[in-house]
Amino acid sequence: MASREEIMTKVEALIGPFNNKGVELKDATTFAGDLEWDSLTVMDFVAAVEDEFDIIITMNMQAEIETVGQLADAVAKLMDN
Amino acid sequence: MTDLLSKFDPLIQERETLLATGIKDPFSLVMEEVKSPTVAVCNGKETILLGTYNYMGMTFDDDVREAGLTALKDFGSGTTGSRVLNGTYSPHRDCEEALKEFYNMDHAMVFSTGYQANLGIISTLAGKGDYVILDIDSHASIYDGCAMGNAEVVAFRHNDVEALEKRLKRLPAEAGKLVVLEGVYSMLGDVAPLKEMIRVCKENGAMTLVDEAHSMGFIGDNGRGVSEAAGVIDDVDFIIGTFSKSVGTVGGFCVSNHPKFEIMRLVCRPYVFTASLPPSVMATASTSIRKLMHSGNKRAHLWENSKKLHKGLRGLGFKLGTPEAQSAIIAVIMPDLERGALMWQALLAEGLYVNLARPPATPANMTLLRCSLCAEHTSEQVDQILGMFEAAGKAVGAI
Repeated sequence: MASREEIMTKVEALIGPFNNKGVELKDATTFAGDLEWDSLTVMDFVAAVEDEFDIIITMNMQAEIETVGQLADAVAKLMDN
Repeated sequence: MTDLLSKFDPLIQERETLLATGIKDPFSLVMEEVKSPTVAVCNGKETILLGTYNYMGMTFDDDVREAGLTALKDFGSGTTGSRVLNGTYSPHRDCEEALKEFYNMDHAMVFSTGYQANLGIISTLAGKGDYVILDIDSHASIYDGCAMGNAEVVAFRHNDVEALEKRLKRLPAEAGKLVVLEGVYSMLGDVAPLKEMIRVCKENGAMTLVDEAHSMGFIGDNGRGVSEAAGVIDDVDFIIGTFSKSVGTVGGFCVSNHPKFEIMRLVCRPYVFTASLPPSVMATASTSIRKLMHSGNKRAHLWENSKKLHKGLRGLGFKLGTPEAQSAIIAVIMPDLERGALMWQALLAEGLYVNLARPPATPANMTLLRCSLCAEHTSEQVDQILGMFEAAGKAVGAI
């Protein structure tokens, strides 16, 4: 099973192509505020994360995820299940 | 005190900025007189209607109007009650019979609007612990149905069969799954690949619901919609539709062959806890539906209109939502809201009404001038429409 650190590395790599402003990524980096993503970008990114980890992040879950760290935690939990 | 309306300040500001440029408010048009399904008087000017979803032009059909008048006289102006209490009159039953005949299905349930049909059916079918899998570009009524039902919601990329299949395979095999699709997506007028999608749903144990709001009456040999044209209507569990487009009045419905479908009448809250439609509306709907069963010629003419408008607009240099005409909706993509509103206003000044569609209703933050054709538009009117688009487009620098 992937460690939190490995997940974070992969998540950061997936953010890369969508990180147009070159924002430095930390656990607390927010998708809407810091990365300034619109709903369309979010959808493309979520699809990329889902495919990378072979998981489903429902829209209900997405509503609770605001930061990069929260996403890594959610991915870890989903892979655990 | 926190002003609860302050959350709308950005939108209020955006509107004020737009209107300050002298653009007429595109969202407060009044039709002073309606002459036919294709012509109305707006701001004192005779205007061709090209944004009403009145695809089959049934609103002024003589038989339809006559049926409504008779029912109004015989049954009064309204039912003042729920379908499950005092609000089911014989015209309501007859309308459901007309739908069963039209779709050749066992069950039909009429709602007060199409919005409520989606809201009610989706929220009742998919509850806590179930999954709704939907196209990201789904109509607001589908999203609202999901929110009301507390199901887990999984979105997939618009019209992407592979994305749908992947997600279905990742969900727990034993979980209840409802895949919600639309025949025609109303913003760009594009059609879903239902043949492949319904197959994928079946293979992965999901039930399916197809909203045929924008295809009923027009697409498919019998006008049953995209699922009929794709040859998969028998594999669709629930079809949702509306009376406020091709049928030409107001109301919504769900038809199904599911043997337990009738229980929905008792458990579906947007069906139970609202007043039923007036009997006159039911009589106009059933008359219209039965006429739509035999409207092959009108369907053919509507296709001609749609193809002609699409080709003409393409020729003028407009950017369109689909590479070819796939439905009776032709969406003209504008570069931004301001130029969209300017073009909308210029068209209205020419004597043409289209829908201005803007985010968040549109996909990809697009501003669209959405044209919906009618079987009652003459070929000459389509020529006139193209002339108006050319004049307005040049006036505002859109082409």
